[in-house]
Amino acid sequence: MTAVAEPASSPAGEFGRSRARKEDAHLITGRSRWTGNLTLPGMLHMAVLRSPLAHARITGIDVSEAKSMPGVVAVYTGADLAEEQGDLPSAWPITPDMKKPPAPALAVDTVNFAGDAVAVVLARSDYEAHDALEGIDVDYEDLPVVLDLESAAAEGSELVHPDLGTNVSATWKLDSGEAGSGGDVEQAIAEAESSPDGIVVRRTLRQQRLVPAFMEPRAVVVDPNAQQATMWSSTQIPHILKLMLAMTLGIPEHKLRVIAPDVGGGFGGKLQVTPEEVLTLLTARRLGKPVKYAESRSESMQAAHHGRAQLQKLTLAAKRDGTVTGMKVELLADMGAYMRLLSPGIPVLGAFMFNGIYKIPAYHFSCSPVFTSKVPTDAYRGAGRPEATFGIERMMSELAAELGIDPLEIREKNWITHEEFPFNTVSGLTYDTGNYEAATARARELFGYDALRREQAERRERKDPVQLGIGVSTFTEMCGLAPSRVLGSLDYGAGGWEHAQVRMLPTGKVEVVTGISPHGQGHVTGFSQVVADRLGVPFDDVEIIHGDTQSAPKGLDTYGSRSLTVGGVAVAHAVATVIAKARPIAAHMMECAEDDLEFTEGRFQVRGTEKAVGITDVALAVFAAHDMPEGVEPSLDSDVTYDPENFSFPHGTHLCAVEVDTETGRVELRSYVAVDDVGRVVNPMLVEGQVHGGLAQGIAQALFEEAVYDESGTLLSGSFAEYLIPTAADLPSFTTDRTETPATSNTLGVKGVGEAGTIASTPAVVNAVLDAVRQFGVRDIDMPCTPMRVWKAIQEGAR
Amino acid sequence: MRITVDVDGTRYSDEVEPRMLLVHYLRDQLGKVGTVSGCDTSNCGACTVHLDGRSVKSCSVLAVQADGHEVTTVEGLAQDGTLHPVQEAFHECHALQCGYCTPGMIMQSIDLLEENPDPDEQQVREGLEGNLCRCTGYQNIVKAVQSAAGTMREGSAPQAGGAR
Repeated sequence: MTAVAEPASSPAGEFGRSRARKEDAHLITGRSRWTGNLTLPGMLHMAVLRSPLAHARITGIDVSEAKSMPGVVAVYTGADLAEEQGDLPSAWPITPDMKKPPAPALAVDTVNFAGDAVAVVLARSDYEAHDALEGIDVDYEDLPVVLDLESAAAEGSELVHPDLGTNVSATWKLDSGEAGSGGDVEQAIAEAESSPDGIVVRRTLRQQRLVPAFMEPRAVVVDPNAQQATMWSSTQIPHILKLMLAMTLGIPEHKLRVIAPDVGGGFGGKLQVTPEEVLTLLTARRLGKPVKYAESRSESMQAAHHGRAQLQKLTLAAKRDGTVTGMKVELLADMGAYMRLLSPGIPVLGAFMFNGIYKIPAYHFSCSPVFTSKVPTDAYRGAGRPEATFGIERMMSELAAELGIDPLEIREKNWITHEEFPFNTVSGLTYDTGNYEAATARARELFGYDALRREQAERRERKDPVQLGIGVSTFTEMCGLAPSRVLGSLDYGAGGWEHAQVRMLPTGKVEVVTGISPHGQGHVTGFSQVVADRLGVPFDDVEIIHGDTQSAPKGLDTYGSRSLTVGGVAVAHAVATVIAKARPIAAHMMECAEDDLEFTEGRFQVRGTEKAVGITDVALAVFAAHDMPEGVEPSLDSDVTYDPENFSFPHGTHLCAVEVDTETGRVELRSYVAVDDVGRVVNPMLVEGQVHGGLAQGIAQALFEEAVYDESGTLLSGSFAEYLIPTAADLPSFTTDRTETPATSNTLGVKGVGEAGTIASTPAVVNAVLDAVRQFGVRDIDMPCTPMRVWKAIQEGAR
Repeated sequence: MRITVDVDGTRYSDEVEPRMLLVHYLRDQLGKVGTVSGCDTSNCGACTVHLDGRSVKSCSVLAVQADGHEVTTVEGLAQDGTLHPVQEAFHECHALQCGYCTPGMIMQSIDLLEENPDPDEQQVREGLEGNLCRCTGYQNIVKAVQSAAGTMREGSAPQAGGAR
């Protein structure tokens, strides 16, 4: 690790310490608490009948046979629940005139994607519930299927929702000329085109559909009979889920409790209010019995939301010396058949990232969400930012290639130098800190950039059938979602604050309540370190309470690399409040002035003396409350809601070397170097783990994964047999390192790391593949860069 | 059908439907929910257990096929409160994040080390090819397996659990 700026103090030395996780003990011994493990007395099992067709009218449903099958308690269709089920929530109306179809949990008269829920069976066992699906007879009348994004957006296309009159839901724009954050992009393009010193690079890039593919399929259990109806769900967002269920179903908010127990991954895929959650809740309430729904992997693939799925029309204007003068982005974003919780807002998040780390004088972004007859899209790791980063990082490399300039050199020519921070970007954000020079220098060194370039030249020279490609990605991202006022200005339906409570117990142990909701990240360990560091208590004396709206009543949950940057900072502020509350009491205990006390390593010490009391002594004295200072309440507890003033901006330089077999099109990852700057680091081991996993997912987009539909709208990649998430044998070991430029927008100096690897790696890999085959005239290859696609591109390019 | 199976050192005798999968028998009938199911095509390996000491995907074994055999799950690995070296290594090397693939990954790793007590990186990667993880990128899993291999070779740790 290279320290670039002086890190702020870590009083107890917890920051930078690779502690093994508190979370592991029950997970490695099989004592885990997945939602699917739950069994309640009298519990029924719900199975969902799904549409096999992508678009059809339901002309009749006969459930009589299913109802008579063994163990079946009830069968419901959309007509049965039409009154109660309301509309699944869509919390991000990106424009006032955005078009949005009704989104019932159970289809009432039409099905709009293959996998849309049509009926549910409630039975004594899961086997019996699934058996009874065979006893439901549905008559469908085919309707036109709309699959291709570009033709769906064109005039005269068949319509997914004829009542809306169009497949294009809205158009959202950001123009630097109009916003006053930069110049006029059309002028920049015209100038570059007309001037002998100018160049315009145009590409249409495709972001394929991806499946988040969390390892734990979704599961829900509802007990309607508790004092509050209680839902256990494999969700990232227990708090938002509770609020949305209350608002959309009309259930009083205080009569609902949502628990996210152990959750087996999410990656944005569990940032949703799902039809299955609504149906489990409604049927449990109707029958007065606990109900469980646990999806199969195949159901998850076809019915849980997908991610990415964009067509990016990009225009980059520059001078021939490599200086970028303008960037124009025209996006089509595939929504699938419905708007889910954040669907249309996901591509809009990208609006702020297409300028990347560069000083781009003029910028225009427009985005049109488009309906197709496919499963809805929504957040997937990075959510809008990987797509944008891919766009700009691919384009910078294309510009470099067209001009014959080294891709690192062209980036250096355009990036914000470390003296220029804080920097107001052309898309309207203020980057607080960054040091692209340091991260790039370190990556270059670890990668052996110059030696690999020499080897590449040699292989080209001798026409080696296996060609070497070097890919560059210098990324940044906006993390720590988010300042509430910014979300408000984007018409998002909620804020971006986070809540924390710190409770000192009489024995000196500490309970910390957080509104973030971990599902694998290691927050219990990381937050314990933050508390131990700031409060000076032992790491093991801290308990982190989360993921239950009864014990952690307030919060906005986990996504967008916000947990440490917003939730962790809230915890640090709550700790500071505890210390501030303890100070007058400690002064009273030692009969000194408050100003004479200094707090270090968990003790209030009278300056210049040996006299001291520990924070745990104060906790006990407060519990007894026998001798409190006048007017001071006997409590050290604190309750903080923190709203960040700005996003945080992690960045990094990723370098990738691939070997491409030009005879077969096979791409082999030879080496991958990731140097990330995520600000101050609490637990380096956890940070590295996040980077490794992120890289795997980003590389998977570049090389392996795609949700493929056939011409009738059936998902062909409907299981792990066809949807290729990488195995251990598909990936190399990564070389990771960090530079550390603390964020100045929060007291911990942290920036977030959950999405970095995913965002950075996809363009690094694709740039590397193109770098290997550009010599054959290839300028783009659709992802995933499969052997077939690479081989074909070489054949076509070489023609 | 009636079956008799030893699971993690306890003998069970039960009536099961012929179609019942071993993973469902373990979870739904015995309450051994430490073993999980992650797919329906035998690709993910989350449900891996040992049947007579060799790893199997319990979603691709019928409960009736386990009749008269010994099954070890992740719940049966720790002996007298001492973790198996592979469990310990997964913790120390941060080889798990969400932990959903972990039971299967640990069971498969033990099987791999039984076959090859000193695997190189590539051998570990290939040996775990049938077990998917979405969180870790596998790097720390590979590290954990190699670290556990070292510990086990030194013989300073107890033998693998129950079924061996």
